[in-house]
Amino acid sequence: MREFLEGSLAVARIVKACKPGVISAYPITPQTHVVEELANFVANGELNSQFVNVESEHSAASVVLGSVAAGVRSYTATSSQGLFYMSEVIFNIAGMRLPLVLTCANRAISAPISIWNDHQDSISLRDSGWIQFYTENLQETIDFHLISYRLSEDKHVMLPVMVCMDGYTLTHGIETIDMPDEGKVDSFLPPYKPLYKLDVENPLSLGPLADPDYYMETRYAIHQTHKDVLEIIPKLALEFSKVFGRHYNGLIEEYHTKDAERVIVAMGSVCGTVKEVVDELRAKGKKVGLLKIVAYRPFPAEAIYEALKNIPKVAVLDRSLSLGSYAPVAAEIKAAFFGKKKKPQVISSFVVGIGGRDITKDSIKEVLRLVNGREKSNEFIDLKPELLKEEYEQ
Amino acid sequence: MFGPLIAKPGSSRKNKTGSWRIESRPKFLKKNCIACRMCVVICPEGCISGKEKNTFDCDLAFCKGCGNCAYICPKQDIEMVREESEAAAKNKKE
Repeated sequence: MREFLEGSLAVARIVKACKPGVISAYPITPQTHVVEELANFVANGELNSQFVNVESEHSAASVVLGSVAAGVRSYTATSSQGLFYMSEVIFNIAGMRLPLVLTCANRAISAPISIWNDHQDSISLRDSGWIQFYTENLQETIDFHLISYRLSEDKHVMLPVMVCMDGYTLTHGIETIDMPDEGKVDSFLPPYKPLYKLDVENPLSLGPLADPDYYMETRYAIHQTHKDVLEIIPKLALEFSKVFGRHYNGLIEEYHTKDAERVIVAMGSVCGTVKEVVDELRAKGKKVGLLKIVAYRPFPAEAIYEALKNIPKVAVLDRSLSLGSYAPVAAEIKAAFFGKKKKPQVISSFVVGIGGRDITKDSIKEVLRLVNGREKSNEFIDLKPELLKEEYEQ
Repeated sequence: MFGPLIAKPGSSRKNKTGSWRIESRPKFLKKNCIACRMCVVICPEGCISGKEKNTFDCDLAFCKGCGNCAYICPKQDIEMVREESEAAAKNKKE
């Protein structure tokens, strides 16, 4: 049924349809509405779930680690500082190979305090072993929650998934959404059957000490599984389209790239703005396009190579930084072409929308103008040089 | 792919912690032992066994050489003795 919904409420609705047995979360802007609404569902008896109130994000992550280890489908959501406070447990959940879905309402990191949107929080945890999706709009966000639970609980995967949605732009944005009905959700997402669980009748230990004789193989296994996930995601997306009628590649989305001379690579909600600009410029006969990265972990290097190998000029937009080095997404796009014969003449890297700085259509047009010149590295767009004059001298 | 991820009960027996031992191992003198079992209780590996006086000894496959047994023994009937690696012993011989 098509409904006009706020992003956070839509996420709460789809999580409700997935019937997690345990939900634990600590409120943080801009994630709050998601868990507030889920708490309402539980309190009203609309969702038969244990909602565990906790004193911090570290505890919230620990609660869902425990509940999923006990064999119960679980859910949590957080943002920014909250995700960092969870980070120790985040690595443990992946290391213990526990399936879980976490919604990250992407927000900048302190200091200085910013409650606004960029990707620094989830990008900083890209090496944790979690699968990460970055969504463009609300329909994609809720659809990927369904895909994420299926993927996470696949017996060949058994890894947690982070669905990253841009704070405010998506969490507080309102769109018309085709909300899947619960019958279809049930047919796509059967109840969770754990491969292993904590059980007094059949005791086992999860995450015990692994000395140098054992540790390396556990990490290798996660790395290999991520490679398998690259094959599994498109198959699941196809299965999803058969049930719900919406088609996703699952790894990337190509928008007018086939004959393009200039292509922007981006993740998340900014792709909507880029598509607007592409449409405008295409109407004027300019050959521009967009490559949207949906799955950032595992990184679909092969699919990206195939999509960009014949494009003369590529501009990569990063909404996070690796301070003192190359911007994260751009570095990996360039790595995908290292040693390859076919590659773009120019792969320029642009930093946009840090700490919620608005990314306008003019920002995107500026990027498309600059990508015509020599190769750029970490070029900040919409920077205000007048604010950099402050100095502190004695 | 999962790797050695989950431990079933008793699997720590496969982990021969005796390989951690460096330099010294306990020597049970078996002279003044009063069978107080303090060494059995304090051993972090639980690898000391014995029943009667002067019958206690440890399993070197698991003994990490921590020296807690020698420290706790009220009769000083356990002492830590220097243990050389096989390579060092072989060099000495030559």
